[in-house]
Amino acid sequence: MRGLSQNWAVFRESRIGMLGLIVILLFGVFGALWPIMINTVWDPLIYHPVVGFDPMLLHPSPPTKAHLLGTDPIGRDILAQLMFSTGREFLLGVLSALITVVIGTVIGTVAAYYGGFTDTFFMRVADIMMLFPFIPLLVVVGSMVRLTFFPFAIILGVLGGFGGITIILKAQALSVKVRPYIDAARVAGGSSFHIIRAHIIPNVLPLSFLYMMFNVTGAILSEATLSFFGVLNIDMSWGMMIHTAEAAGYLFDFGKYWWLWLPSGLAITLFCAAFYMVGRGLDEVVNPRLRKR
Amino acid sequence: MDPLLKLDDFTMHYRTKAGWVQAVDGVTLSLARGQALGLVGESGCGKTSIAMSVMKLLPYNSKVVRGRILFEGRDIYSMTDGEVRKMRWKGVAMIFQAAMNSLNPVYRVGNQIVEAIVTHEPETSEEEAWARVRSLFELVGIPKERMYHYPHEYSGGMKQRAVIAMALACNPKMIIADEPTTALDVIVQDKILREMDQIRRKINMSMIYISHDVSVIAEVSDVVAVMYAGKLVELGQADDVFKRPRHPYTYALMRAYPSILGEKHELATIPGEPPNLLDPPSGCRFHPRCDRASAECSKADPMWREICPGHYCTCHNPVEIGGTWVGQVRSGKAADGGDQLGTSSNS
Amino acid sequence: MALPATADAADAILRVEHLCKYYPVSRGLFQRRQLLLHAVDNVSFEVKRGEVLGLVGESGCGKTTTGRLIARLTFPTTGRIFVDNADVSKIQGADMAEFRKKIQMIFQDPYESLDPRMTIFDIVAEPLNVNGMGNLEEREQRVAEMLSLVGISPPSAFLFRFPHELSGGQRQRVAIARALVMNPTFVVADEPTSMLDVSIRTGIMKLLAQLREDLGISYLYITHDLAVARYLCDRIAVMYLGKIVEVAEAEEIIKEPLHPYTRALISAVPVPDPAVKRPVPTIKGGVSKPINPPRRCRFYERCPVAKSTCAEQDHPAPREVSGGHFAACHQL
Repeated sequence: MRGLSQNWAVFRESRIGMLGLIVILLFGVFGALWPIMINTVWDPLIYHPVVGFDPMLLHPSPPTKAHLLGTDPIGRDILAQLMFSTGREFLLGVLSALITVVIGTVIGTVAAYYGGFTDTFFMRVADIMMLFPFIPLLVVVGSMVRLTFFPFAIILGVLGGFGGITIILKAQALSVKVRPYIDAARVAGGSSFHIIRAHIIPNVLPLSFLYMMFNVTGAILSEATLSFFGVLNIDMSWGMMIHTAEAAGYLFDFGKYWWLWLPSGLAITLFCAAFYMVGRGLDEVVNPRLRKR
Repeated sequence: MDPLLKLDDFTMHYRTKAGWVQAVDGVTLSLARGQALGLVGESGCGKTSIAMSVMKLLPYNSKVVRGRILFEGRDIYSMTDGEVRKMRWKGVAMIFQAAMNSLNPVYRVGNQIVEAIVTHEPETSEEEAWARVRSLFELVGIPKERMYHYPHEYSGGMKQRAVIAMALACNPKMIIADEPTTALDVIVQDKILREMDQIRRKINMSMIYISHDVSVIAEVSDVVAVMYAGKLVELGQADDVFKRPRHPYTYALMRAYPSILGEKHELATIPGEPPNLLDPPSGCRFHPRCDRASAECSKADPMWREICPGHYCTCHNPVEIGGTWVGQVRSGKAADGGDQLGTSSNS
Repeated sequence: MALPATADAADAILRVEHLCKYYPVSRGLFQRRQLLLHAVDNVSFEVKRGEVLGLVGESGCGKTTTGRLIARLTFPTTGRIFVDNADVSKIQGADMAEFRKKIQMIFQDPYESLDPRMTIFDIVAEPLNVNGMGNLEEREQRVAEMLSLVGISPPSAFLFRFPHELSGGQRQRVAIARALVMNPTFVVADEPTSMLDVSIRTGIMKLLAQLREDLGISYLYITHDLAVARYLCDRIAVMYLGKIVEVAEAEEIIKEPLHPYTRALISAVPVPDPAVKRPVPTIKGGVSKPINPPRRCRFYERCPVAKSTCAEQDHPAPREVSGGHFAACHQL
């Protein structure tokens, strides 16, 4: 797309964006270490994040040389869990955000372009989505059906896609729709489909991409919350780690058993913050008015 | 008498990521009391930068490299903030580009002007201020009852008049009008130009009128200054500059302007594009586009010189006086060539 | 009604008959009466093959709406448009695509009329692309040809650049190349030079004139600037509040305007000569909006020559005052 190197130059000026990007890259490296570690250094019997068990210690064990971040109440290595989950958090966040943004962009541009009934219909759907208590709904759904990893990511993405993001992207599409180059395309004989695909969507996409960053944050936070309530059927995630500690009653004495919740809590916070910060950095690329001149 | 405003080799640059933009370079001009100076040039030539420099409203990334701006003999860049504030309303007032949008939509127009008066002249009572607004509205030709209306109830032309009234509120000695009629239709523009001219003569105010439109400049100015790429290229009495342009840029610019007067003349085209002021051409900044350029032009920056009395120009190869065109295209009582030559040697 | 017509109707590339465009105006929740803005009101004119007709007027006079109606960007409330003697409203299906190729438009703002996310090649090739004309190689060749025709040279240096890398004048040339790439016979030019600097503007004006010579294109040239229209147009039509008030040969309308509005407009145009003192335009008040206008001459309130009879009659129909010079005024 246009002036990728130029946009990169603007992004690079944003300290907060760069910091976020660095943190994301560090998480990436951290997550990529998992398959290497489990295949070389770590014994799968002891270090497996779900079924591993270290028979040499009393659990939960505080950090030791063998378990740098200690073990959880049923004897699994915290560091291994953390590493194993990183990749899945990426997958969950990016997948659901991608679904959200694709749906939001398509509906937003279509609603803006056609207006009328299409517009009204999708806007009312968005209103309902925005008003609906999301998390409690998923708690109820989760208690009725087994919500596993991929269905959960997809549900999260779809629900998000029909919600507030549609309204924002529609507003952007509306401002693109009235530009003279849209008229020029119509005079050239372009069909509605052509105009939406070739002109409106590409001009809305930067904003979509920006909201995708914020949606990654949202998806991971939702996952963490729902895992904590124990309604998700996910074998391991950062949220699950806290849930495990809570279910076994260790959170009541959280100062003493800090390694049970601090690493995963910190990971969630940092990971979400990093995507948010990248979003803020992108904001300066997308909205030229925010740029310092 | 001392000139009211004097720019002395004024040079101002903007710092950008890509480097220093040489926006205003070595501008020397002066404005007498009661005089109207027309500053003409294309977009990006530095005319608005000059206005902002005179108002001392430059952005933080600007830098005065050399030269001075003297207002009533005092260097405005050594004034204190308080003195500058005082100068901005009581000395020099400015009408900005698209000024009609500068009225605050949530206050009545009269209140906004009263507010401006009371803020800058604390000794004025509110009644006196309202009385003054009444006479200002009369001066600019807005019905008095309009004082109590909101800006959205005004038409474009009337908003522009209200902005002029506001600029005149503190009886400034001089006004800078930056393209005040560019967004208006011709009939409204005509009325406002006439009114500004009348008011200016009535209260003997100086004016710098900035425009890209040669014909508007011709109508409002006593003295015309032509800018190109951050430099002043020509300065002289309006009649002189329009009838006997000496700088090739002025010459081409004037011939590029279609007129509805007289017979059609061939419109001039200036090849190429205005230069990037990050890295302006060496020597004369106009030389890459100039049809009179010689080898010297790309090497040496031409001097600012008085080519005939009161007529300044920076060019190595100025247009000969025979190169008139306005007289030729004007019908009716147009002066013939011989007469023009005669007046030029006398003036 | 007398149409400002030429002797031979078949000669016209574009003919507009009684064209009207009314926009509903909402005025609060409880307003019962339907308010209509008469943007274009019973406008008839024609453009001959190879001719440039200037449509001149102040902002809000309906000149841009007229252009958009002709380019089918919006549809008339009533009235008909004929292109090559075919009624545009009856064109359907595949013929519509053919029609689109015939009529193209150039827009005012060269910074807004080019999609910032497309390369120059994509922009100029878009009409070919959407109409499925030629393969990639042919398109590239055609685009390069058009770019050099409009003075963007060498084309290869510009093909894969983005609009923001070009200057205003170059962008407008690209916009012209896009309009011409399908060999249109008629171009609606909506103030194509009003946002450009003088030194650049002349170049674009000369290019448009040159293209007309070389390709035989007819233009509807929409502008607020009479002086520009004088230089570019064969005939000029002056619009006021949705109505055409005067049509004549360009020089004739400039030198001998008949309608009081045209006279006022011409005397208000500033002239680049400090020695000339123009007469004060004899026109009262300001422009209003033609919302449910009363059935009388639109110019009545501001007219310096209006008589009481003007208020009693409907808006006058254009009348041929002298050969090819039409004016809509009761007092002529």
